[in-house]
Amino acid sequence: MYKKLAVAGFVIATFIIYSLHQRSEGSQALQKVSISQNTTMPSTASSMNASTPATSAVSYKDGSYTGKSSDAFYGYVQVRATISGGKLSNITILDYPHDRDNSVEINNSALPQLKQEAIQAQTAHVDGISGATDTSQAFKESLADALTRAKV
Amino acid sequence: MIKETRLIMGMPIILIAPDKSVANENIEEVFSFFTYVDKMYSPFIESSLVSRIRRGEVGEPEYPDELREILAIAKQTKRDTNGYFNVWHKGDFDPSGIVKGWAIAEAAKILGKYSDNFYIEAGGDIQVGGVNEGGYPWQIGIRNPFDRHQNIKVVALKDSAVATSGTAIRGQHIYDPVDNKKLDEVVSISVITSNIIDADRMATAAFAMGAKGIYFIEQLDGYEACAVMADKTTITTTGWQKYEATK
Repeated sequence: MYKKLAVAGFVIATFIIYSLHQRSEGSQALQKVSISQNTTMPSTASSMNASTPATSAVSYKDGSYTGKSSDAFYGYVQVRATISGGKLSNITILDYPHDRDNSVEINNSALPQLKQEAIQAQTAHVDGISGATDTSQAFKESLADALTRAKV
Repeated sequence: MIKETRLIMGMPIILIAPDKSVANENIEEVFSFFTYVDKMYSPFIESSLVSRIRRGEVGEPEYPDELREILAIAKQTKRDTNGYFNVWHKGDFDPSGIVKGWAIAEAAKILGKYSDNFYIEAGGDIQVGGVNEGGYPWQIGIRNPFDRHQNIKVVALKDSAVATSGTAIRGQHIYDPVDNKKLDEVVSISVITSNIIDADRMATAAFAMGAKGIYFIEQLDGYEACAVMADKTTITTTGWQKYEATK
């Protein structure tokens, strides 16, 4: 019950942060989540009803934890968190919007060599920017859920 | 010129109307439409049509025409992409992958009544009409998924659309730098074509295809794409360069 409340609180809080800062500071909000995981102390006392995953007081038990599948409005996101030495060491994306196992038929032999180059920052003035931000919230929800499972 | 941003459907909606012929109430009409779409199609809203369909409270005979239109686009996309697009996900009805592009396209019809020149963006997916305030094609940056304050391409678009699929998180947090196996993966893919419904659905499908996605777009007439890879390179389709801004 406390766990659910804590996760719900975290989800609501991150959603508010996300909504308010998505455009200007979205990545910073995400970094807060991951930085706080990286600074957690190795496992100490058991604390089922402790703070939310966003605080540094939480301890995690080593292992892999799968988060719930979260709805991103444009599809579902599900992640698996791996904890080693009490710290979040890896995140694997298990599901992503509209990902399917079907193979797509592409006749590679008929295709030209596409142009590949290193990314370069552009300084020109722009009217608008295209980028992918849709799934950030669902990602955080699924990660928060996985970390709740990892709590000792 | 009017430029306004609002948070609807959990994402920023940005409208730019450079012409004096567009009044504030016209802009309100467009934002109201997005609010309506959220109320109807958000899976987060209990009373939305999508939620009611999921609970079995609304059957197919009762679907409104616009939902039939959305589902027809979804069905076509599933065919066009060999199953990479499906409105049913793990047993839940989820037309959202089409709703965003459809909503922008409908918004473009509304703004188009008042002016040929406009910019409509919903969460990074963009439809432009005509030219910008300076009379030039709209200058659109493609965001660097590794650093959201940077653009890695600038394209000049006139009566066209661009949609990007992917997640900014991947580049920053997911990839283990010593695990080279993951480095050929796609972090984001941006697709340009004449209209946002097609740009959006094909960007989503191409991203789901992974490394094959850019080749899938290469095969489609009238589409160009730029994929950003985990090793911080871009791969562009052969016709992409014609959009790169030279101004």
